[in-house]
Amino acid sequence: MKSLEELKAIREKALGQVNMRTEQEGNIRVVVGMATCGIAAGARPVLNAFVSELAKRGMNNVQVTQTGCIGMCRLEPIVEVYVPGEEKVTYVKMDEEKAARVVVEHLANHKVVNELTIGAVEK
Amino acid sequence: MKELSLHILDIVKNSVKAGATLIGIDIIESVQADELTIVISDNGCGMSKDFLARVRDPFTTTRTTRKVGMGIPLYEAAALQCDGRFDITSEVNVGTTVTAVFGLSHIDRAPLGDMAETMTTLVSGSPEIDFCYTHQTDTNRFVFDTREIRKELGEVPLNLPDVILWIDAFIKEGLTTLALSRGETNK
Repeated sequence: MKSLEELKAIREKALGQVNMRTEQEGNIRVVVGMATCGIAAGARPVLNAFVSELAKRGMNNVQVTQTGCIGMCRLEPIVEVYVPGEEKVTYVKMDEEKAARVVVEHLANHKVVNELTIGAVEK
Repeated sequence: MKELSLHILDIVKNSVKAGATLIGIDIIESVQADELTIVISDNGCGMSKDFLARVRDPFTTTRTTRKVGMGIPLYEAAALQCDGRFDITSEVNVGTTVTAVFGLSHIDRAPLGDMAETMTTLVSGSPEIDFCYTHQTDTNRFVFDTREIRKELGEVPLNLPDVILWIDAFIKEGLTTLALSRGETNK
């Protein structure tokens, strides 16, 4: 049974890590489009795939956030990746498997997954 | 949308945008009445009478990236296609309540879907907002309230990955217990 007691343990652990976390430089941001168009196209499992893949790998230098409609509804689910000092990368027509690939290849190994980007899909 | 929980995610986003600090999601599943009722209520900025009158029109939207807003019309259609009802009440500076009633056993009713994932998506997107999700059957009730969680966590934010994973497991477990209590093994 999940208990509120477990939250106390999570709290203790988190307070111990707070300093480590803020000291890490260069936070990467992953932004998932979550308006009606994104949700209908399957953005919710994509967002959760990012969160769980990152948690699994302990990559807490990556922040996953949500945004509204980006204006290209037919290409949803759309995910934007912001790496400090680099150009923004836009991935389109995402799913859970593609999300896992982006985590491994782009976020962990710093290699853009070109074939999933808007530039490749829109040709 | 394939699941009612996706509509819920979409409609609650309107409450978030309306600046709500407390959002209630109440699901009442009554086999006796053969109805599934979903009530989403917030204490956000509310809507004027004029906007409320137009809000079900797909060509009404507050977004600036395009001229259509499909969230409410799609949700309304999902209710009406299974002999349901749909109603929105709102008052400026007080809040908005969206009520959708679905025929529980109607063949065109979409499944409720993954409510745990909808709730974790909402909490991780807006960790500063309080969400209270209640799920009631004819005999039992499950409650998930971020105010309780916040009390335990203190200054630790709700969108910490460990907390989100806990919330996901907590809701999944609660809803499974709820389903078992009325003799179902699979939802």
